[in-house]
Amino acid sequence: MSSIELRDLTVRYGRKEVVREFSETVRSGEWLGVIGPNGAGKSSLLQAVAGIVAAQGDVLVNGVSLSGRGRARRAALVAYVPQDPLLPDDMTGAEYVLLGRSPYIGYFATESRQDLEIVDAILQRLDLDQFCSRRLGTLSGGERQRLVIARALATEAPVLLLDEPTSALDIGHQQQALELVARLRRENGLTVISAMHDLTLAGMYSDRLCLLHEGNVVASGPADQVLQADTLAEFYGVRVTVHREPDGTVVVIPRREDLSS
Amino acid sequence: MQRPHPTSNAPTGRSPIGLGVVAVLMVIGAVLLGSMIGPAGPTWWRVPLALLDRLPLIAINSGVTESEWNIIWQIRMPRVVLAGIVGAMLSVAGASYQGVFRNPLVDPYLLGAAAGAGLGATIVFTVGREATASWPVDPAPTVAFVMALATVALTYLVGSAFGGVKSNVTLVLAGVAMVSLTTAVQTFLLQRNSEVVREVYSWILGRLSTATWADIKMVTPYVVVSTAVLLLHRRHLDVLRVGDEEASTLGIPVARIRLVVVIAATLGTAAAVAVSGLIGFVGLVVPHAVRLIGATSYRLLIPLTLAFGGAFLILADVPGRILTNPAETPIGVVTAFLGAPFFIILLRTRQVAR
Repeated sequence: MSSIELRDLTVRYGRKEVVREFSETVRSGEWLGVIGPNGAGKSSLLQAVAGIVAAQGDVLVNGVSLSGRGRARRAALVAYVPQDPLLPDDMTGAEYVLLGRSPYIGYFATESRQDLEIVDAILQRLDLDQFCSRRLGTLSGGERQRLVIARALATEAPVLLLDEPTSALDIGHQQQALELVARLRRENGLTVISAMHDLTLAGMYSDRLCLLHEGNVVASGPADQVLQADTLAEFYGVRVTVHREPDGTVVVIPRREDLSS
Repeated sequence: MQRPHPTSNAPTGRSPIGLGVVAVLMVIGAVLLGSMIGPAGPTWWRVPLALLDRLPLIAINSGVTESEWNIIWQIRMPRVVLAGIVGAMLSVAGASYQGVFRNPLVDPYLLGAAAGAGLGATIVFTVGREATASWPVDPAPTVAFVMALATVALTYLVGSAFGGVKSNVTLVLAGVAMVSLTTAVQTFLLQRNSEVVREVYSWILGRLSTATWADIKMVTPYVVVSTAVLLLHRRHLDVLRVGDEEASTLGIPVARIRLVVVIAATLGTAAAVAVSGLIGFVGLVVPHAVRLIGATSYRLLIPLTLAFGGAFLILADVPGRILTNPAETPIGVVTAFLGAPFFIILLRTRQVAR
């Protein structure tokens, strides 16, 4: 549906460049995984694309630049799921997902019947009907994360940005959330850019990985090229074994310090 | 079987229409009660009859004399109406402030509206009531109104100069600083002119008892504009509940909305304070009470706080007339005295319900 091109994106906090001239084109329907140690600039990069932090450079969706476009226009093209979304305890699931329709509602208008129908369809499709009148404060982490993804989906944006979508979830709910994104990508042709900590999961779900270190891209390509023991040792400072499953899955196993020596 | 439309359900399972009906009944009941009770005047049950009698096409012999009617219409009714307007204004401004600052402890005086109005009144009184007595218009409300707006404007300038639009915490802290500064100046002036302390305090502590139709005329345009703007922004306040950053990724111009809402709420609050003095606790307690009965979305909260806030202040104004008769208890004292325990009971109910 829609490709997204990041052109020479540079993000500065004060004098410090946290992302330096990041350029990448993500094809329509492709999933780009951004990995890198804490402070590498993954979140800043996604926030720059979402328009929350100021950045130099340009973001183009389907070849059209987002800079100079209105906020609502950007929101309708790029949906953003933050690492730590703020879910008001006493808001209901349906009210929350309906917020995703904001880019389409006029300044003084209220939601239309069509907006409600879209939200309804999404809740049903993601099997979230039962949460529509439940308060967010009463939901579990996995349920909340699915509602956040549902809200992003309600914007009908062709590009989905996920910042650490699984960091607060147990392994079962991690898989559930990522499978959901994978399914939506397949069914809606969403283009996905995600920042992830878990290297194995990142490699498993992304088409391509991009390793950031101190704001620079130091490796990029398919998982089995980027996830190399020596690369990870250099940029994460870890000792790992990289194991390849027969089906091509790359598994990164952290190793303990060698206790015998 | 057709599945019910999930989003059309009331947010809490409580019907918004039901809450609206309760709100309207509360207002009508409060107005009637407020007009029936007072130290002088006709027997209480004659008052509703006399009011009905004034309606077109209805003629009832209420047995109310002309002078009794004057007590109802010239003394009690302005007071009831002003209490309703001020209560509604302070409550809706409180709810809006809580929304844009995403802070449940905020009241409409946060950025210095009350402190500025207090200083304005103090200046007028220290300059001398004799000097201004011959003026065609009492300058105290006007000066209080202007000072309230000026203080909030200064808070906003200071806050956004150092915090940018990203941090509303800076704005709140700037408010704390401005309130301290303004109060310090006021205290200094009062200390130098201790003969006016009593007058200034009775001015500040709420003056619904001297309400006239002229006061109502003065405050109404500001309150109408302010509440209209706040009502138009209630959907935006709901989006802001997910935080500035997320709201902005949903296409909402966060900084502009915060500025517009603060200006509107401050305008109404300043007008209310200028005519009625400093009535505390209403702007904090009413929005929370309305949330606790089930209106958590701002779409519902904003209109309902208008009604419940008006009814609350009309009712809170009743005990002050009879308790310490003939002297009046200041309305600000009554609101805090009634509001605080009421609030604690509500909080307890919520704890139990969870």
